[in-house]
Amino acid sequence: MKYIDEFRDGALARNLATAIAAEADPGRTYHLMEFCGGHTHAISRYGIADLLPTSVRMIHGPGCPVCVLPIGRVDLAIELALKQRVILATYGDCLRVPASNGLSLLKAKARGGDVRMVYSPADALKLAQAHPDREVVFFAIGFETTTPPTALVIKEAARLALANFSVVCNHVLTPAAITNILESPEVRQLGTLALDGFIGPAHVSTIIGSQPYEFFAEEYRKPVVIAGFEPLDVMQAILMLVRQINQGRAEVENEFTRAVTREGSVKAQALVSEVFELRRSFEWRGLGEVPYSALRIRQPFAAFDAERRFNLETRSVADNKACECGAILRGVRHPRDCKVFGTLCTPESPIGSCMVSSEGACAAHYSFGRFREIAVVVAVA
Amino acid sequence: MSSVRADYIRPLDIKHGRVDLSHGSGGRAMAQLVEHLFAAAFNNEWLAQRNDQALLPQPEGRIVMATDSHVVSPLFFPGGDIGCLSVHGTINDVAMSGAHPLWLAAAFILEEGFALADLKRIVDSMANAASEAGVPIVTGDTKVVEGGKGDGVFITTTGVGVVPPGIAISGDLARPGDSIIVSGTLGDHGMAVMSQRESLAFVTDLRSDTAALHGLVAAMIAAVPEVRVLRDPTRGGLATTLNEIASQSRVGMLIDEAAVPVQRQVAAACEFLGLDPLYVANEGKLVAIVPAERSERLLQAMRAHPLGRQAALIGVVTADQHHFVQMHTRFGGKRIVDWLAGDQLPRIC
Amino acid sequence: MCLAIPVRVVELLGDAAALVDLDGIRKEISLALVDGVSVGDYVIMHVGYALARLDPDEAERTLALFAAAPAAQAT
Repeated sequence: MKYIDEFRDGALARNLATAIAAEADPGRTYHLMEFCGGHTHAISRYGIADLLPTSVRMIHGPGCPVCVLPIGRVDLAIELALKQRVILATYGDCLRVPASNGLSLLKAKARGGDVRMVYSPADALKLAQAHPDREVVFFAIGFETTTPPTALVIKEAARLALANFSVVCNHVLTPAAITNILESPEVRQLGTLALDGFIGPAHVSTIIGSQPYEFFAEEYRKPVVIAGFEPLDVMQAILMLVRQINQGRAEVENEFTRAVTREGSVKAQALVSEVFELRRSFEWRGLGEVPYSALRIRQPFAAFDAERRFNLETRSVADNKACECGAILRGVRHPRDCKVFGTLCTPESPIGSCMVSSEGACAAHYSFGRFREIAVVVAVA
Repeated sequence: MSSVRADYIRPLDIKHGRVDLSHGSGGRAMAQLVEHLFAAAFNNEWLAQRNDQALLPQPEGRIVMATDSHVVSPLFFPGGDIGCLSVHGTINDVAMSGAHPLWLAAAFILEEGFALADLKRIVDSMANAASEAGVPIVTGDTKVVEGGKGDGVFITTTGVGVVPPGIAISGDLARPGDSIIVSGTLGDHGMAVMSQRESLAFVTDLRSDTAALHGLVAAMIAAVPEVRVLRDPTRGGLATTLNEIASQSRVGMLIDEAAVPVQRQVAAACEFLGLDPLYVANEGKLVAIVPAERSERLLQAMRAHPLGRQAALIGVVTADQHHFVQMHTRFGGKRIVDWLAGDQLPRIC
Repeated sequence: MCLAIPVRVVELLGDAAALVDLDGIRKEISLALVDGVSVGDYVIMHVGYALARLDPDEAERTLALFAAAPAAQAT
């Protein structure tokens, strides 16, 4: 597959691994946070940790839209499916997220809720057109990458004057989350979370550009390297971060130049501004209330806002006391530090969202990495 | 030829007719359905006797029996349908013991309102598959449920076979040092079926690999009777099958990602949906575990057979008290290939 | 966090849509978020929408960067 396979080449990986080992100062540790869940997944799936020197430590960040989705928001979707009897269209990622009362969207489906998995918001719109007698609600999640398609679909619904289509908007913003981490007590005051640099998200950046990260580099003196999704991209970004840290620089660099520019997609940004506006505050699972971090549908498109249409009120639901997802999302704890990791909380029976989403830190560690923690004598007879 | 009156109340309307509750009631309507649809298609001496059971000759050897229920949706997909799938699936379950399959039984649960034209298509496909495999469907049953209680049709097939002497094949026999071999490309069936699901629809000429593997198995054990484990990686894919065997045999495994054969289109379809081909279902492939010194000979025998042309050595069995299936990634790192938690779902994140 | 893949545009369809290809798998997607896409271009696709055109020159430059890393020492 062009532009995919070349960026997964094992020989080039070894080159980059050697380069990183050569340039990393063995006398110090480099704490690098990969903000984006897709990068967490790539690091785990390709075993990139095996190719890094021990002085380079990767910290998983909160860039997993499923992981940061509060229980109360999933409850809204379940309520719409079970009580309001709508056709609830959702991405596959949300189906297994555990919500209140032991339910998930998948379990709601088993109880008779009309929950349908869609690949694209356009499919949700098609459902509305195919079932004019039913209410169709699209449960929209995602960072800035996924927001423009939702905007397009709302505009299209308006153009078609659809009377039975609406959206629950859970779109969240990357810069706000990064600020939240950098402002957190653990980073700012306590110093418990050492953070030397960020790997910036790939596809979010195709939309917002590299410009928004310049603020973090300047204000907080942390280098940011925007990296593509493939494992070679991630390793190159790590090399670039190590270099910046060694040289005492704190700049925004772009490794993903084949798809990211400084301005990003002006067209997409304009579309999003037309349909959405900032919420003053939004609760993120694990991070608590974060100001100006999420979007809601603007007044002119109110007819397509499910929260207004169905008079929905979001309840704040506390996480299971044993669940460490919050600390893990902030990078303060590692999955192995969670008391219920791998025992009560597994991919089969997840307690927190970090375990549900395949790019959540816990799921990634459980599925791909936990074998490293166990001293295994693997002997071929 | 049937001894029942040739002229029923009215002829079976295959073209436009639908299943109704009378077809499952045991009366004339059901007899007509059985005779003109099922028995006519499956066409053998046992069904011709019109008994509720088949009287079979004493087979020579250790008897193996397997059963499988088929609830696939959609019922028709590129490369096959629920009918041939149900025949191949049970023949394969029997064959994975090294047994030669002899006879099949088929039970149908039909949903009221199901189109007879579709039923005929499925039944003809089963008859074809059974005849090509040389394994007759000797007895069966039909029930009808009310509309809304079934996905059109559910089929349960049961198969019986005999194991040749000197063959001991079982999931708990893998030993450290053994070679792990697959018979061909992985993920074909699952992605072919997925391409048909509304809302995921993508255009592809991927076809299901559904096939009866008993001929391949016979060739394999004739060349290498020391084969220790055989299993077909159906639901849950290769990863699930390897984990099952590792657990049963109380061993670990180490496979090489670059050695696992996957068609380009399957890899691409998996990229589209965020799926891992190791967990995608197969219906015409098998995994074999064999002592290392016999692996070359086994590969030779497999590649000489039409269903094993792309057979590949993908890994080795290890001693591991945790029974992990580990994999060297194409990239150079290592990861575990874990059990699946529920069905793999397409994702956007 | 966002599964997006580079796909090749094989046919431009009406209404800001295109048929794209990835190793023989084809799908109809929307081009409403990008301008100036031609047949033969590669676009980054996410949930059925093209987000950006992939710049082939930059891709080559990035690959060259990987190769420029000092070659692995022979062990």
